Amino acid sequence: MRVTFTVNGERREADDVWEGESLLYVLRERLGLPGSKNACEQGECGSCTVYLDGVPVCSCLVAAGQAQDREVRTVEGLAEGEDRLDPVQEAFVEAGAVQCGFCTPGLLVAAHDLIARTGQPSDAEIREALAGNLCRCTGYEKIMEAVRLAAARRAETRGGSPEVGP
Amino acid sequence: MDFLRPGSWAEALEAKAALPDAVPIAGGTDVMVEINFDHRRPPALLDLNRVAELAEWSERDGRVRLGAGVPYARIIAELGDRLPGLAMASRTVGSPQIRNRGTVGGNLGAASPAGDSHPVLLATDADVEVASTRGVRMVPAVEFYRGVKRNALEPDELVAAVHLDVARGPQQFAKVGTRNAMVIAVCAFGLALHPDRGRVGTGIGSAAPTPRRATEAEEFLAAELADTGLWESRGPLAESVRRRFGELVARAASPIDDVRATAAYRRHALSVLARRTLGWVWDQYREGGWSACA
Ligand SMILES: Cc1cc2nc3c(=O)[nH]c(=O)nc-3n(C[C@H](O)[C@H](O)[C@H](O)COP(=O)(O)OP(=O)(O)OC[C@H]3O[C@@H](n4cnc5c(N)ncnc54)[C@H](O)[C@@H]3O)c2cc1C
Ligand code: FES
Ligand code: FES
Repeated sequence: MRVTFTVNGERREADDVWEGESLLYVLRERLGLPGSKNACEQGECGSCTVYLDGVPVCSCLVAAGQAQDREVRTVEGLAEGEDRLDPVQEAFVEAGAVQCGFCTPGLLVAAHDLIARTGQPSDAEIREALAGNLCRCTGYEKIMEAVRLAAARRAETRGGSPEVGP
Repeated sequence: MDFLRPGSWAEALEAKAALPDAVPIAGGTDVMVEINFDHRRPPALLDLNRVAELAEWSERDGRVRLGAGVPYARIIAELGDRLPGLAMASRTVGSPQIRNRGTVGGNLGAASPAGDSHPVLLATDADVEVASTRGVRMVPAVEFYRGVKRNALEPDELVAAVHLDVARGPQQFAKVGTRNAMVIAVCAFGLALHPDRGRVGTGIGSAAPTPRRATEAEEFLAAELADTGLWESRGPLAESVRRRFGELVARAASPIDDVRATAAYRRHALSVLARRTLGWVWDQYREGGWSACA
């Protein structure tokens, strides 16, 4: 079947999609967007996290046909243009929150959503928001740091509370 | 395989009637796992995401009609005050990503003994609204679970909604697992006090072939509260009552040994969950503005 939906602001079409195929497979194998990773295909690891109509979901658990006419935003769509990373991405780089990088795309989408929703999240809120994303390398401390950093910067640029994390 | 995309509830029911083997897919958090791992190759998937009514809830005469397709995240955000027990259970489901997609309709469709909404649906005397082109029927939750991963749906039927009273007493849900997120229950327990009716509602998860009530425990506690005038006096609850309640809940279970836990552990953990949640609801009842007219 043919599936048509918006990906990162662009209308895209995928042909010969098998009816049982996941959105993740279509993104990676048919639309040339390998940012979202396939690690478990069962919703456990979060490395395939994308926004579906503005809500973070595991793309491995969305049937491709369910994305028809909807809006998908992947990790490729977080940065503004080719050379300006999103502040969340920058913070991950600076804090050393990336080792092998396999979990990073999913974590970026989840963290991006958290910061957009809550502004200045507490550590408990960060842990809760990232509970569906597994990382086998970092031990999560640097990831926590990156999210705190990104949130603090965002608060600053928005003229919000000047308090910066530890 | 076919991919069916009904745009309305009527179309969905017609599609299911025409092709009863079509597998409905809502959040996909159960269905897609089975398809990704080749455990299931249905002749067709019936996508329910386009049926707008399924993702709505409404309240009338003190009862909430919760569309089968409202995801857990919205139950938590929008219904925590009206349906505290279900919201609590929803908070323990999977991860944020899973709660953004997973639905109570899907939980009922899967009818796993470990489904987290079930103990609360049992404890709150919820009804499942089931529909087909032949008509609509209401199935009490207690009659919905028919065996391991089997439910009361006929091949042409879909779950339209669940109906639950707006809480008129405190409710609790507790679950044992290996960590705080992404955990399938080792065992779970839902408890609801219904002071307006002098009733106690319970639901046990993951400790029997189906979710089930602990009827003896319910009756024991309701009688105890009535006989000692505790519904009115709101006095403290004796430790012996709590312990007995825990024992009766554990006795109602028929757990098995499996990779997650032994039967003996499940029974023990259930008695602890029951005793604890009873302590919590009773404290809430004593402090809260719930009215008793038992
Ligand atoms: C990583 C992970 C963690 C999880 N953790 C939990 C957990 O902690 N607790 C828990 O309870 N579950 C958990 N689950 C299981 C799953 O998320 C839940 O059962 C959820 O409620 C399923 O809802 P869904 O809308 O995604 O269902 P789907 O996968 O779309 O459907 C599930 C079943 O219900 C049927 N169905 C769906 N909607 C209807 C309808 N309206 N009428 C009739 N049949 C219907 C489908 O055909 C299918 O058989 C987890 C799953 C994953 C992948
Ligand atoms: S690949 Fe989707 S959650 Fe792991
Ligand atoms: S950096 Fe390797 S899995 Fe997270």
